Amino acid sequence: MDSRSADISPEEIRRIILMQAKRAGVGHIGSALSIVDIIAVLYSNILRINDPNDPDRDRFILSKGHAAMAIYGVLFLKGWLTKKELNTYCADESLLGVHPEHTLRGIDFSTGSLGHGLSIGIGSALAAKKQKSSRRVFVLLSDAECNEGSIWEAIMFAAHHKISNLVAIIDLNGQQAFGYTKNVLNISPMAERWRVFGWDAHEVDGHNPHEITKTINGLDTDSYSFPHVIIAHTTFGKGVSYMENKIKWHYSSMSEEEYQLALKENEGLL
Amino acid sequence: MRKAFIATLEKLAEDNERVMLLTADVGYSVLESFAEKFPDRFYNVGVAEQNMVGIATGLAEAGFIPFVYSIATFVSLRAYEFIRNGPILHKYPVRIIGAGGGFEYGHAGITHHALEDIGVMRLQHGITVIAPADYKQASNALLGTWNLDGPVYYRIGKDDKLTVPGLNGRFELGHTQLLSKGDDLLFIAMGSIAIEVVRAAEILKGHDISCTVVIVASLEPSPIDDLIEVLSRFRLVFTVEAHYVKGGLGSLISEIVADNNINCKVKRCGVNTMPTGSSGSQAYYYKKYALSGEMLADIALRDFLHEGKEE
Repeated sequence: MDSRSADISPEEIRRIILMQAKRAGVGHIGSALSIVDIIAVLYSNILRINDPNDPDRDRFILSKGHAAMAIYGVLFLKGWLTKKELNTYCADESLLGVHPEHTLRGIDFSTGSLGHGLSIGIGSALAAKKQKSSRRVFVLLSDAECNEGSIWEAIMFAAHHKISNLVAIIDLNGQQAFGYTKNVLNISPMAERWRVFGWDAHEVDGHNPHEITKTINGLDTDSYSFPHVIIAHTTFGKGVSYMENKIKWHYSSMSEEEYQLALKENEGLL
Repeated sequence: MRKAFIATLEKLAEDNERVMLLTADVGYSVLESFAEKFPDRFYNVGVAEQNMVGIATGLAEAGFIPFVYSIATFVSLRAYEFIRNGPILHKYPVRIIGAGGGFEYGHAGITHHALEDIGVMRLQHGITVIAPADYKQASNALLGTWNLDGPVYYRIGKDDKLTVPGLNGRFELGHTQLLSKGDDLLFIAMGSIAIEVVRAAEILKGHDISCTVVIVASLEPSPIDDLIEVLSRFRLVFTVEAHYVKGGLGSLISEIVADNNINCKVKRCGVNTMPTGSSGSQAYYYKKYALSGEMLADIALRDFLHEGKEE
């Protein structure tokens, strides 16, 4: 299946996130909802993945591994994960834990410890250049993940070596586990910080598929120029009004009433 | 050991385009030749051990065999979680070179003394752990392990001249190397401190005590069968390492003795406190922790006589 010909519906991903989160009784819902529109665009229009086992496919690293629920939804909608497998999310002996593991088809690297994915992405992108492959590497990071010093080690290296087939995407939802990023550890202005470190930085509305697609398609990933970063302005908990921008929904799970309300909102019934 | 190891790596790199070398700004006067010969496969990533290991993980997934180089403490401890969640978790062939085991960085002080690198690596499942005793063994250990499927940690000493008498560069993964055979006492050594053990055995010979001296360079996979065999023949074994007594060779031997119900007392000779407050040469630290050949001989003699009285 050619990923570029199959549109992935963000509403479908949201529905899967809500259903699976409710069934498993787990949290990280807001973080997963935050990246749904980005993920839908990547897997619909951007990533060149004919087969998740093809060595020359584009790589995707979910460095903010705690949002894996969104990826599982995509893997299911792509046909790389069965319904039965999807329904094992967070069950005993499941391949689908809160954080993704590379042993699951369609997951390129195991993540979960923040600050790891960008360095791996550099190695992956550097390998592509060395092997004269046009494959690209996309790394999706959280904004608070940029608290990690290792991210800045990676930022410096990628700029110094002009790793242009590397695209970092920041899910800038302004929240982290204990509060708002501006109060915990202010990392604003995000784009400026990456820019002064030598990256080609773009800012987009992280819920506008057209804007995300156009910006990524306009990047020069072939020549040795700059690595690219897309600062995606997002809303934590996007699509479920009572979750939006609420710290509580980093960890909380839904009551039955909350669940029904979320489903109805997602289906446009409210 | 460093120069011989890198010289051997250069030879491997000539025939194998998958071999790459990354350093975190360490290896001045050691890595230049590789860098000149293979500029496309050499990266000084700057002073950034975590990033270096992360990059190596991405490179290895794509088919490369990246060697990452820094001082043993920095590369094993600063980058530890990246090693665990990277090459170990993914089973990728990243090679971690820790330069300078134990007190080899002498005057540089505690931040540069690798006293737990073997311990922390041994804790993990799925990484090969190698600590050669001299430069010839280091070279052969590399030749024997460079293309293994999973990750490897190499603790590589700084001395490029000394050789351990009787070793002749022998190395075999999962096996010990026998240096000398004797009936009275057993010494098991890891790394470049083996030369002190050889000296201790010579001194003891003057007291009519004959020693078996065994080298463990392959910590993981550990030479279990060889060790069971030799430990079963002795009542007393001295393990000698430039490492904390917890976690390294002494722990390995204790585990094997306990797991296999072997009737052999284990005396762990190593570092039993954090060496702060004073610094000095490697020889100074060996004396401080009773790890010099002379002091090892004294301890062994005392314990040997004491054991005799007990019987």
